[in-house]
Amino acid sequence: MVIQTNGLSFSFGDQQVVKSLSLEVPAGSIYGFLGPNGAGKTTTIKMLLNLLKTGEGSIHIFDKELNSNRIGILKQIGSLIEQPAIYHHLTGKENLMNRAMLLQVKEQRVDDMLKLVQLTAAAGKKAGQYSLGMKQRLGIALALLNDPKLLILDEPTNGLDPNGIIEIRELMLRIVKEGKTVFVSSHLLSEVEKMATHVGIINHGKMMFQGTIGDLQNINQPQVYIETDNTVDAANLLKRHNLEVSEIANDHLLIPFTSKQQISEMNALLVQNGITVFGINKQHKDLERLFLDITTNRN
Amino acid sequence: MKGFILSFRSEFYKTRKTLGFWGAIILPVLISLLAFVAVYTKSDKFVNTPPMMLWVQLSMISLGSMGSLLLPIYTIFVAYSVNNVEHKADTWKTLFSLPLSRWAVYGAKYFYALFLLFLCLALFVIFNIAFGNLLGALKPELKFGEYHMELELVQVYYKLFLSALGILSIQFLLSLLWADFLKPMGLGFVATITGVILASNNWEYSYLFPYAHPMGAVRSMIKNNKGPANHLEINIYTHEVYVSLIVAVVVFVAGYYIVQRRSIK
Repeated sequence: MVIQTNGLSFSFGDQQVVKSLSLEVPAGSIYGFLGPNGAGKTTTIKMLLNLLKTGEGSIHIFDKELNSNRIGILKQIGSLIEQPAIYHHLTGKENLMNRAMLLQVKEQRVDDMLKLVQLTAAAGKKAGQYSLGMKQRLGIALALLNDPKLLILDEPTNGLDPNGIIEIRELMLRIVKEGKTVFVSSHLLSEVEKMATHVGIINHGKMMFQGTIGDLQNINQPQVYIETDNTVDAANLLKRHNLEVSEIANDHLLIPFTSKQQISEMNALLVQNGITVFGINKQHKDLERLFLDITTNRN
Repeated sequence: MKGFILSFRSEFYKTRKTLGFWGAIILPVLISLLAFVAVYTKSDKFVNTPPMMLWVQLSMISLGSMGSLLLPIYTIFVAYSVNNVEHKADTWKTLFSLPLSRWAVYGAKYFYALFLLFLCLALFVIFNIAFGNLLGALKPELKFGEYHMELELVQVYYKLFLSALGILSIQFLLSLLWADFLKPMGLGFVATITGVILASNNWEYSYLFPYAHPMGAVRSMIKNNKGPANHLEINIYTHEVYVSLIVAVVVFVAGYYIVQRRSIK
């Protein structure tokens, strides 16, 4: 495991924001750390970087205890927390040069990073004049400067346009191909589901789900999608026949799938009672809906 | 130690284009130039002044202003500016997640502020001597060349430097802990005014109050000995200086423990 925490907890005053969290991030994975805003993601990340002192529990990174191996571990981590931390009075390149000085990295690496995040042309411009996307890219260049084995990104696509989001996604996939590990937080599943190999879903400081992206799809229950001319009547009718209706929308109903036989019976029932059925079929919930279910229903 | 040196260099790299750094150069240039212009334009008044008094009068223009208000305020400003670089850019979190010890980051920042203060006062000495000699060259009737007080000037500014270290440590810690401008600056200004009032009224315990130290240091700089009248002897290690040094060390060490234990938001 690249990151392993046990019973990790943290409180601001008497408000507990992280509750007994046990993260398991395997080497070479892209681990999507998901949860709504305020779920405790940034707090957890700050504990992983030794910025916040852990209340209870332990953190092991690269199989070493964090507090007693702080510098050795931090040498192999690159991070971007919340908004990128950039000196606005310095140019993009100077921001990187300053960090390179602290990390004892050669200037060539600075130029390479500028090229990687496509800021070579804007390298001489004051970072304060950068657009949000450029700042975010500079932040990523800063995080990658020491060629880290573990990259920790907190909401890296915040404020980026679709192109920027795709660029960052491709960058992460490229990094993982080099044998590195990426730990990326987001409040949107859709943003990480296309590239994450592992997912941890956190809400109110508690881990709601952790596993591979395949595990997440497996707990996904199929549903029967029914489109009729009168959803309310159709729903009442099905309920009267002891069928559970999981969702009623203006134009469709969702009923938990049990068998193909059940679909034909429901169809017959609706038609016999004068309800016009436009469509009826078996569906998997998309992951986004699943994510919402996990983070809203299981508090 | 390596982390400390790297951090110190980085402090210079970050601030070299800010007022925090240039202030250390502009302030002595400006004040010394002012003293030069004041004496130059009124040179006829100084024709009969003995050389030693000429130097004293020229030096007292800078020393008087630095000793009373400017030095504490400049110290407050330096302490604020080296910390504000990080507050403004929200970079504390990245600074403390780099593979550097917290001591290296904290220590380098403090010693960089100390360096700026030293640079500022060293330039005061240099410009004071340079402008004195320039006056002597431009207006030969002013006999600046007939007396030398380089050593005394170095001693006086060295004393001022030591006397400001207590303020530096306190203000450094306040500016580190508080992100906003008003709290550390406001507190510093109020304390400075209080210090000036205490020291100028010769309150017997004013040497215990760090913000009164620069003024106290100027007032206690002349040794009360019965030597020849044309000789100044500077008393560096007075009460103020000792108290200032003790406060500086204690607050610096306490600050380190606060930073060590503190969570970074």
